[in-house]
Amino acid sequence: MAHKHETPSLDESFDFSPELRKKLIISAIIGVAMVALGAFLIKNHWSIGVWDAGHGAEHAAEGHGGGEHHGATLFSRIVANLWMNSVYFLGISVVGVFFLSYNYVAKAGWYTSFKRVPEAFPSFIIVPAVIMLGLFLYPETRHIIFHWTHHGIMEVGSENYDKIIAGKSWYLNFPFFLVRMIAYFAVWYYLWTQIRKYSLLEDETNDLAYYYKSRNYAKMFLIFFAVTSSTAAWDFSMSIDTHWFSTMFGWYHLASWHVAGLAAIMLTILLLKDKGYLKAVTFSSIHDLGKLMFGFSVFWTYVWFSQFLLIFYANLPEETIYFRERFSGHGGRYFAPFIINLLLNFVFPFLILMARDSKRNGTFLKLACGSILIGHWFDFYQIQMPGIAKDQGGIGIIEWGTTLTFASLFIYFVANQLSKANLIAKNHPFIEESLHHEI
Amino acid sequence: MTDKKYIVGIFNDEDVVMDAVQKIRSKGIKIHEVFCPYPVHGLDHALGYDRPRMGVPAFLFGITGTCLAFLLTFWTLGIDWPMNIGGKNFFPFPTNIPIVFELTVLLAAFGMSFTFFFMEGLGPSVKPLIFDLRSTDDKFAMAIDLNKNTVSDSDIKAFLSEVGAEEVNVKEV
Repeated sequence: MAHKHETPSLDESFDFSPELRKKLIISAIIGVAMVALGAFLIKNHWSIGVWDAGHGAEHAAEGHGGGEHHGATLFSRIVANLWMNSVYFLGISVVGVFFLSYNYVAKAGWYTSFKRVPEAFPSFIIVPAVIMLGLFLYPETRHIIFHWTHHGIMEVGSENYDKIIAGKSWYLNFPFFLVRMIAYFAVWYYLWTQIRKYSLLEDETNDLAYYYKSRNYAKMFLIFFAVTSSTAAWDFSMSIDTHWFSTMFGWYHLASWHVAGLAAIMLTILLLKDKGYLKAVTFSSIHDLGKLMFGFSVFWTYVWFSQFLLIFYANLPEETIYFRERFSGHGGRYFAPFIINLLLNFVFPFLILMARDSKRNGTFLKLACGSILIGHWFDFYQIQMPGIAKDQGGIGIIEWGTTLTFASLFIYFVANQLSKANLIAKNHPFIEESLHHEI
Repeated sequence: MTDKKYIVGIFNDEDVVMDAVQKIRSKGIKIHEVFCPYPVHGLDHALGYDRPRMGVPAFLFGITGTCLAFLLTFWTLGIDWPMNIGGKNFFPFPTNIPIVFELTVLLAAFGMSFTFFFMEGLGPSVKPLIFDLRSTDDKFAMAIDLNKNTVSDSDIKAFLSEVGAEEVNVKEV
């Protein structure tokens, strides 16, 4: 019963052991090596990946001779992988501060016992930020990712001139895009550092003023993120398929980021609990987080389907091309990821998280987290790959390697951040509410 | 009117009523119901209630809605009056999802509302049994059905006062 149990100690510190550091760094290096190996194998026509179609390599060999803009090469596939994983992990990181912000603004107390977990996530923002800025600033990779950056595409009279893309030049142009990108990363990261700073100061002195200050930064973040979550989705993902647009896309992209972030928070909590940390986090809090995961995986499906249904029903060629490309374009290679996306993000979590008991059971929750995390990886894969890697796309050693590197670095950053502070925000004004939370 | 007889203990405090529930149940006295001005956490566990199986009727109502909606759209648009909309075939699966979703939700919601009225014995012209009006304001009322208990009236009354009841009333209905 709520008022009878004893609360465990709130003083816990996460031990980020040197062995774990070493393991993570080694697995990150293995990931890079896998990319190199995968590229080498494809260059030599020894393709062993799951969906590595053999004939892709032949195109790569003759791709350079043509010199046309639309041809994709093996390099495009590696660039696509970097971009896609950057956007995916950027989303999971930024959802950490998003989660904190809406809970601060709602004056919620239930999440306080595991508050330090989402608080650690945004430290990773700098890695995707550096990679994405690099990919955008380097002309060759920029041209591979963004069709609209091609030379002369917005100049009347040029042989590359494209009237539709030229009409978007007020928004899609190099300086504005660069400013936007830097603004997203800088403001998201800055607001996180402020929330984090006051949260850590709270541990030392029991002062309510820090709570109100964090809350102000949380409000600023929500206002900024309300706009930038959509514009970032247009910039990072929708502008790859420059001709196509969807008014649902910002929501769809945010829903995907959000539910993947929630699954990552949940998985981190469960793994920490398995290691004997976070004893004060009750299964009532975890149950509530599980409900959010369930709810937002359904929300993602709702938004995804709304976008799909409108395009399906209206049947306008300039809109249906987006799904046509994923159903049967490039030799049908994106059809399987498209279907896997729906199965892993809707069907499986929906069935497994429906019952109350499964939301209070670590094993079921871990299964659902794994499904959602892998599923949304596939979501970003099918958003971005067809536009960047085109007929060179596949799922093989290159993809596994890139993801392994990103995941290892992400875990490294999060674990490092977790080890820097007490694992439980012990002086947060709502900590008592969280400890006795019961549903 | 039947000759049902209840003993109603009036309590002033949440913690006292919690303790009282445990003590009374440990004596083997069956409690009919405890009425509170607001939800009290853990009281359902203390009273030994099972987890509500609301999911079962909700699922049944929902699945009925799903089937009805499929039948409706399939019959009307696919068989009875096939219409060519946007050059699609006569029964395109995605276009049915909104109707199916809405009817599932509608039937589940209505079904559960009626289930609630039915289970709680509420409805037009039904006079609900109120043990003590103050339980909607600031008092906690514990009702004990005498017909279902073997302990004598006077013992129950004495015991109720002992565990902290402010007043002990008898209510006959």
